[in-house]
Amino acid sequence: MKLEILKELNAERAARRPVIIVTDTANGDQRLVKAADIAADPLRAELAKQLRMGKSGNVEVGTRKLFLNVYAPTAKLVIIGAVHISQALAPLARSLDYDVTVVDPRTAFASPERFPDVPLVAEWPDVALPPLNVDHYTAFVAVTHDPKIDDPALLHAFDRDCFYIGALGSRKTHAKRAERLRAQGARDSDIARIHAPIGLDIGAVSPSEIAVAIMAEITAQLRLPPKEKEEAA
Amino acid sequence: MLNRDEDILQAAETWQKEGHGVALATVVETWGSAPRPAGSSLVINDDGTFLGSVSGGCVEGAVVTEALDVIASGQPKMLEFGVADETAWNVGLSCGGTIRVFVEKVG
Repeated sequence: MKLEILKELNAERAARRPVIIVTDTANGDQRLVKAADIAADPLRAELAKQLRMGKSGNVEVGTRKLFLNVYAPTAKLVIIGAVHISQALAPLARSLDYDVTVVDPRTAFASPERFPDVPLVAEWPDVALPPLNVDHYTAFVAVTHDPKIDDPALLHAFDRDCFYIGALGSRKTHAKRAERLRAQGARDSDIARIHAPIGLDIGAVSPSEIAVAIMAEITAQLRLPPKEKEEAA
Repeated sequence: MLNRDEDILQAAETWQKEGHGVALATVVETWGSAPRPAGSSLVINDDGTFLGSVSGGCVEGAVVTEALDVIASGQPKMLEFGVADETAWNVGLSCGGTIRVFVEKVG
């Protein structure tokens, strides 16, 4: 690997931007493809697939055998609301390798006794969220049921282009939320990105089952190609 | 996306800056119950110091030896390890899998 490629790879990784290194294993020829450049690449279909799966692998192009090594950032999950569902959601997400943070300004909720081993931020979203560096590789879930907490958090998630945004509440609750968010400057395209009611419809009842429904929906958003994603939604 | 890579690639860059010869060994293919998935890597410097892993520790020693050759020659190499493959390598994977490891010089 050329030093310039290694430097660029490390810089992209530090910035939490995905990169794929394409290596011809017969002769060592190598190039780096940034996620942003995949659409214009001759191998775009293969590159996009490997990146979506977060998996490295080999492809054959003519007579050449190429190894595609995927370097994708660790996904984060930000949970707004240290509620009962979150107590089930946080450990489940961690078992799926997400870096989890729980945010809730209500210290009675955001207590270490209720969330052992989970990073907790007992602050309002305007203070809690900027240092978390919420980005595209972040799933963002708002479950406090309190507009004072959920709404500003959702506006932050829109700005940061999170790959998944979900909010707890019935269709009726969500319609009211959409009105409030629009009044605060959110676009219809932002509102459309919120998964609400949250989670895949699997008839979940208990907090743990709702957590499973949420993680299933997040997984689908992360892994399915765009067309199948629409069908699942 | 969900792979927690220790920062061995940063170490490779640092070693290189410090004037070390450095090699990168990467698992490119696995069959059976291989211990580490494709994309896992080991970085090696010319002192024989290494970080990361390409297996559960079964073949790292052999990879390091080969990597020192690659650092000296500059020519990349493909290594294959497996229990069934006793002709080329006298080290095997205890788990019964087979792996191919691509070793290349950095710089």
